[in-house]
Amino acid sequence: MMTVDPLVGIAHMLAHPFLRSAFGAGTCIALAAGLVGYVVVLRGQVFSGDALSHVAFTGALAALAFGIDLRVGLYGGCIAVAIVMAVLGRRANADDTVIGSVFAWVLGLGALFLSIFTTSRSGTGGVGANAGVNVLFGSIFGLSSSQAFTDAMVALVIVVVFVAIGRPLLFVSLDQAVASARGVPVRALGYAFFILLGITAGVATQAVGALLLLGLLAAPAGASQRLTARPFVALWLSAGIAVASMWIGLTLAYLVPRMPPSFGIVGVATGAYLAAFVVTSARERWGSRPTARSARTLELPVRQPRHGGLGAS
Amino acid sequence: MTLAADGLAWNPVDDVHQMFALHFMVNAYRAGTIVAVIAGAIGWFMVLRRQSFAGHTLAVVSFPGAACAIWLGLSATIGYFAASIAAALVIAVVPRSSSERARSEESAVIGTVQAFALACGALFVSLYGGFLDSLTGLLFGTFLGISNGQVVALGAVAVVVLAVLAVLARPLFFATVDPYVAVARRVPVRALSIVFLVLLGCTAAEVSQITGALLVFALLVMPAAAAQQITARPAASFVVTIVVAVAITWLSLGVAFFSVYPVGFYVSTFGFAVYVAAAAGRASANRLRRRPARGTRPGPRMVVGA
Repeated sequence: MMTVDPLVGIAHMLAHPFLRSAFGAGTCIALAAGLVGYVVVLRGQVFSGDALSHVAFTGALAALAFGIDLRVGLYGGCIAVAIVMAVLGRRANADDTVIGSVFAWVLGLGALFLSIFTTSRSGTGGVGANAGVNVLFGSIFGLSSSQAFTDAMVALVIVVVFVAIGRPLLFVSLDQAVASARGVPVRALGYAFFILLGITAGVATQAVGALLLLGLLAAPAGASQRLTARPFVALWLSAGIAVASMWIGLTLAYLVPRMPPSFGIVGVATGAYLAAFVVTSARERWGSRPTARSARTLELPVRQPRHGGLGAS
Repeated sequence: MTLAADGLAWNPVDDVHQMFALHFMVNAYRAGTIVAVIAGAIGWFMVLRRQSFAGHTLAVVSFPGAACAIWLGLSATIGYFAASIAAALVIAVVPRSSSERARSEESAVIGTVQAFALACGALFVSLYGGFLDSLTGLLFGTFLGISNGQVVALGAVAVVVLAVLAVLARPLFFATVDPYVAVARRVPVRALSIVFLVLLGCTAAEVSQITGALLVFALLVMPAAAAQQITARPAASFVVTIVVAVAITWLSLGVAFFSVYPVGFYVSTFGFAVYVAAAAGRASANRLRRRPARGTRPGPRMVVGA
């Protein structure tokens, strides 16, 4: 329902309990995804987010197919695979045929579980198919208030833990060699980060769906990384963009009935990245060229030895 | 509900007769064979060039293309090809930077583009009216209702792609294995890579129509990866790739016909099984022979496992 006065419109929108739940849970989830996503992009491990999205789908549908709570499979699968990725470390990258094949097969298994679940509920076929679509593309408007509360709490725990380990984590992600020389527990932080990433993937799956969680992780972080080279500013800017995308996306989905909320959220996040790209490209071309360039060259020598020296086989 | 009217009779002749009595099954096999051959051929080069992530992205992009075409009332085939080829051109035009920061940003871009493409697909499906069966079909593959026209379209595109590949195969192989020497010898490396991406886009669109947009790895990557485990000789592994791809497709279509589960699951499972078997076989053969690493031999780079 459109109203002329935006404040009345917003009050009207938030009068719906399902939208209140969506906004409450969505804000916390976006905050967590924005923070964790920044470190994901900084470490160049977007691919592990991609992998987790496959596992989130299969885990959730396996749980449904075996008749247990969806969240058990979702979080169980995501955390287990996150730990595996942490063990594999930098050997896991996007062009790796082996890992790509494994995750394609995992996704195929997910299709199997979807089909098992759908056919086992043949009386209520619509429910089964809907569950599959909800896991793939999210169902933030379908969260009950208790589910929304749990999701918000999980997301807030992620945020609190992240803030607690944020400083050493950024240090390690920016320059592993120096960090370990300074006695920062690199391995422990790596495990903690991947477990946080796994839980974030699980909770974000419920908001935007397994297939689209990559958008919530990568787009705000990519945008903020373009806008500023200062890590802490970029970190919170990424969280801010994620939360704003969530709010605008939910509002758009409310105003335009046929638009799925996940499309609104991911669409706004993508738009934010595009805007950041255009702004920074224009600034580099016409505006303060020296500062933008010096910020880049400043960062390069710090980041290069990581791949060439230690990790690469 | 299985498609087979009387289920599996455990008599191969009868079963095959029953399967091919149905016209859509004949079309499924025709389409599957075309797709498997082209997927094997292009996939072999793709794995060699280490562009499997690009192939995955092109296939993911084909999903919103198909969904949009269905929503607009066009044929899904047109949507698959238009979206994939357009995306291939975009990837080819964007210059690749080798600096570390640019690469970390590039992965963020790819992730964003993939998620946005899938979100657009969800939007188009929702606009179309939320017909759920078509959604899982687009994502995880279907072999039902392939029309004669679609088979002809798949075949025509495949012939063009294979013809171009046949012309380019030699310089493309050279440019892939040793780009620096190829540049020095005046092989047009950049143009070749653009043409190859367009071919890859066509192939990804074709494969998506059988395995679904999310499972293209199964036909595009796994047979080639398995073949390169089996033999290091380019010509031999090329042939093995195509044979494996066709065998996986035939087997999957047959099994899917007699069971309730989606064809995408079978294609990815059989593909993965072949790959695992090939890798295990190679590992044990290496152990038996106790020879030094193969990297010293000339030839294509092996797919490095771990």
